[in-house]
Amino acid sequence: MESFISKKVDKIEFGLMGPKFIKDMASAKIVTPELYDKEGYPVDGGLMDIRLGVIDPGLKCKTCGCKLKECPGHFGYIELARPVVHIKFISFILDLLRCTCRSCGNVLIPNEKITKAKDELDKIGSEFGVDEQIGQVKEIIASLKTITKCPHCKEKQLKIKIEKPTTFLEDEKRLTPIEVRSRLERIKREHLQIFGINTAVAQPEWMVLTVLPIPPVTMRPSITLETGERSEDDLTHKLGDIVRINQRLFENINAGAPEIIIEDLWDLLQYHITTFFDNEVSQLPPARHRSGQPLKTLTARSKSKEGRIRHNLAGKRTNFSARTVISPDPMLDINEVGVPQVMAMKLTVPERVTEWNKEYLKGFITKGPKEYPGANYIVRPDGRRKKITDETKEQLLEELQPGFIVERHLMDGDISLFNRQPSLHRMSMMCHRVKVLPGLTLRMNPAVCVPYNADFDGDEMNLHIPQTEEARVEAEVLMEVQTQLISPRYGLSIIGCNQDTISGNYYLTKFLNKIPRREAVDLLAATGIEDFSKLPGKEFVSGKDVFGCLLPDDFNFKGYAKHYKQNQDDPDAIVLIEDGKLITGILDKNNLGEGSGLLLRNLHKQYGAKRMVKLLGMINRLGIEVLLRYGFTTAISDIDLKPEVKEKVSKILSDADSDVKKMIQQFSDGSLELLPGRDLKETLELRVLERLNKARNETGEVVTQNADQTTNTLMMIQSGARGNFLNLAQMAACVGQQALRGGRINKGYKGRTLSCFKKGDLGVSARGYIKRGFRNGLEPFELFFMAMTGRDSLMDTALRTPKSGYLYRRLANALQDFKVEYDFTVRDAGKRIVQFKYGEDGIDVSKSEGGKINVSHIIRTA
Amino acid sequence: MMRAELKQFVGTLPMRILEDLDSELPEKISDAKFKKIMSTVAVEYRSSLAEPGECVGLVTAESIGEPGTQMTLNTFHFAGVSEMNVTTGLPRLIEILDGRVEISTKMMEIYLKKPYCDGQDIRQIAERFKETRLKEYIREINIDIAETKMHILLDTEALKERKISAALIGKILAKGLKGFDVKIDKESGLLIKASGDDALGLIYKLKEKIKEVHIDGIKGITQVLPVKRGNEYVIVTAGSNMKEILKSEFVDTKRVTTNSIAEIESIFGIEAAREAIIKEMLKVLKDQGISIDLRHVLLVSDAMTMSGKVLGVSRYGIVKEKPSVLARASFETPIRHVINAAMVGETDSLNSVIENVMINQPVPLGTGLPGLVTKVADKKKSKK
Repeated sequence: MESFISKKVDKIEFGLMGPKFIKDMASAKIVTPELYDKEGYPVDGGLMDIRLGVIDPGLKCKTCGCKLKECPGHFGYIELARPVVHIKFISFILDLLRCTCRSCGNVLIPNEKITKAKDELDKIGSEFGVDEQIGQVKEIIASLKTITKCPHCKEKQLKIKIEKPTTFLEDEKRLTPIEVRSRLERIKREHLQIFGINTAVAQPEWMVLTVLPIPPVTMRPSITLETGERSEDDLTHKLGDIVRINQRLFENINAGAPEIIIEDLWDLLQYHITTFFDNEVSQLPPARHRSGQPLKTLTARSKSKEGRIRHNLAGKRTNFSARTVISPDPMLDINEVGVPQVMAMKLTVPERVTEWNKEYLKGFITKGPKEYPGANYIVRPDGRRKKITDETKEQLLEELQPGFIVERHLMDGDISLFNRQPSLHRMSMMCHRVKVLPGLTLRMNPAVCVPYNADFDGDEMNLHIPQTEEARVEAEVLMEVQTQLISPRYGLSIIGCNQDTISGNYYLTKFLNKIPRREAVDLLAATGIEDFSKLPGKEFVSGKDVFGCLLPDDFNFKGYAKHYKQNQDDPDAIVLIEDGKLITGILDKNNLGEGSGLLLRNLHKQYGAKRMVKLLGMINRLGIEVLLRYGFTTAISDIDLKPEVKEKVSKILSDADSDVKKMIQQFSDGSLELLPGRDLKETLELRVLERLNKARNETGEVVTQNADQTTNTLMMIQSGARGNFLNLAQMAACVGQQALRGGRINKGYKGRTLSCFKKGDLGVSARGYIKRGFRNGLEPFELFFMAMTGRDSLMDTALRTPKSGYLYRRLANALQDFKVEYDFTVRDAGKRIVQFKYGEDGIDVSKSEGGKINVSHIIRTA
Repeated sequence: MMRAELKQFVGTLPMRILEDLDSELPEKISDAKFKKIMSTVAVEYRSSLAEPGECVGLVTAESIGEPGTQMTLNTFHFAGVSEMNVTTGLPRLIEILDGRVEISTKMMEIYLKKPYCDGQDIRQIAERFKETRLKEYIREINIDIAETKMHILLDTEALKERKISAALIGKILAKGLKGFDVKIDKESGLLIKASGDDALGLIYKLKEKIKEVHIDGIKGITQVLPVKRGNEYVIVTAGSNMKEILKSEFVDTKRVTTNSIAEIESIFGIEAAREAIIKEMLKVLKDQGISIDLRHVLLVSDAMTMSGKVLGVSRYGIVKEKPSVLARASFETPIRHVINAAMVGETDSLNSVIENVMINQPVPLGTGLPGLVTKVADKKKSKK
């Protein structure tokens, strides 16, 4: 039997390390800066002493007897010849020195007030927590600094200054760390509470080091270069300096060297220890390598994004993952992911051998790692992993018995996690079923592009195979695509039809009213339907009949198509489904798209997520199949305008031009009527902008009204698949005003925007109005204007990404531990109540319909 | 008013559902059907509750953070011709969530009492609110170097327009300028004399400073604009000073608003500040066309205000209040947090997310929350 030891870290206490603690903790005293002897073996008492742990293969740690990778490493210590202040505690030391008497060590407040202050602190501490207490401590300290005479022994207090970074001056006289330390020792223990120091874990004199702990070698491993030379870690270099200087200081003191020499060495020791802790102290030159690059010491190691905390501790990495380019495959189900076979043969799933699946698993082993589906490893009950090779295969097969684990190749239906960065919301990592496919890319149904925000212009995505049963279950129950259909952001579906699939279904239900039955059967067969009994038994069927075949038989629905607002009399503007048959209506974005997608939403509600996902896959495939069979393309001729329309457009533009000219005339006369709160120039700009926008909207309207209704471009717009009328107008007629900083373009040369204009020209074209459409091409100056705004928006995006990223990080950090408790209150980690009921009604947005419960639906169906 | 039969459900169902029911239910309904509807609603409601352990905070953070990438960075935009420039989009959202006291564009909307809201004297009232500085009343400043005197010629027309006397200006200056001798001249001018060693230097410095002296109107309100909203007139201002505006006799004190959350907090208290945060956030999100459920906005504003004062979502605000040392350290300035924790002797009891991630333990959220309780066989008994 395996034995399980479950360990749980219950809490972590923070405190200072005193000299005794350091010595007790240490397993070696370091006395020499040498690292290795002539044979390359670590020197006893050196910085690489093997009592501190081992980093060479083959050696054994003298402290714990473990080998490389088993030994966690052990601390050592060095005895400092003279005490040295710890750079990170300088501000505490300064506060303490200033607030206590230089001779008697009492706090500079009269006795009766001390107890009062303490009580107050205790009260605040227990009521508001530690942070408030620290705030209060700071106030007390601020009030103490002004006292000049000790109320206890009447000693006059001298002004203590700090000469950064580490020197204390008392009335221009230097306080040595020895003096500092003795003063800190003198402070009455019972007064320390006032300064917020907990004497149980921290004594103030410990802030001046007499003993320095040496970190274990395992946290500063040396690397061997190809030349066989050893390259030591930055920390080892720094520690070497410290030990060397410390030895010299010892020798000099013992030899009775002059005070100046000793002090110089002492300062040097202080410098080395300071940079050991923090090499970025502002007043100190950073310690450097011979190459001139600054050393990375303790502070730099732990802080910031690449530091230990955020990079290693909070950022976990995993095995059993894969990454490659993605490509679309509408024939996959929405909750599937196509995995290339090469990947499937590297990624494995552990399966435990039992009496009942022994033969089944033996099959994988027989195939081995090179044939699919085989297995790569087996794991014995004692935890030993054995690679399956042609040589070991026979023996492993014989050995195999219940309790072993076989790591077999990935197969269809296995659980996987699929992810695309940036993982901004929980739909960025969803669980998909594996489908092993030929080819070298990961494949997905294009319908899940929306939640991942993916496209196929070279995007890469990651795949991970959960390795334990718990992980697989959690992934399946909580993260599978069908559980994520509704966005927790706004309570509407995030997965729906898009682009081609909408166009296809629109085309099917609008134009294809007479399809030969054979073709209809072909269409349906391509979506994966095998039972055609629902299709009317006529020679010709309509597109609506075909669509109806996908729907469940008992489905009833009434919705409105996109064009309902414009044309209420059109029977096809109302989508009516009775008993699973589409009676009237054209299917477009309003009913199929993500976000609104009401038809889909109703299907989801009525038939559950699983069925809905299947249906959605079929609807998508139907749309694509329609386009595939009937053809769908967009042509330049789609945006051709009739000559009379062209004329209309140019009239609108010339009207606008002359209006603007008039305004400019009025402006130069000064007869322009001012808008409230604006001066003349601003008024002109606003008025012109208004007029030009009007002109652009008018051209848009003209183009919309006169566009050829039968073109595919227009169909895409009308179905909501892609594009809008503005795009069309920009292509066909007029691009419109290019705006920069919310106004017309007025930057560039002196007095003009581009050198082809006259100075002071405020006209339409000179300020970035593009009269032409993309189809007819732009004038050179117009192109320049477009490039200006194009670059501006590019800048905007580039600047916005990090800003919003930081906002997101802050929000996530601040809110991450808010959870709904068993009593339905929302509380933070300290069990403080944030809300009495989540969202004031307790409703989970992702289980609601747009944040609400659909009451009218209930009433209708009741 | 809600119909009688729904009233018994107050307390068991949220008000919003009941209101929806009230408006959606047909006038006449059979008892059986009503019962059926109510029970389905109750079942539906219970099944859409957020489950215990649900990490609603993170969902909120995601919901606000994710669309952040879609917002515009443009600080200025024109919401129609007659409105003013406002900070919107991402910068404004950051400002709100930071809990900043000084925001980049303060604005007020001043609703007026009758009859002023119908447009009576609207211009004058608006102008009355607008702050004016001395420079707006000055025609000329002359400095007499020999006598270290400054002579200010006042613009009489401007004074007349605002109904300010030269004497008043003299009074204000005399009160504000200490160490100077202020006299009012007959030809509507001011004479200011400096004395002392560096009189000339002082007077030169004063020349620029004196232009900015506040004379009339409400401090902080730099621009006013009467706007028609529906069928009443509202004064929109740039700059904000709630405290002074409330004192004005024309103002409908119940409806005046400002976009400065700090000001609302100091005058109306924390609950009002919470409402203001919600309102301002929704405004930004609506402006940008981003749909976020109200619940997320509520949670953020509750998190910002739960301690009784407005805290920003930053290392000085909410994050600082966290009980866990490691959680704070993992956000920003890790070393300082650890050192302070060591001095105070804090203990981290590891009950939030990030610490448990750090030490490789299950996180107490969702499926990591429940523990398993089993009865352990008594050892002594089993021996027997």
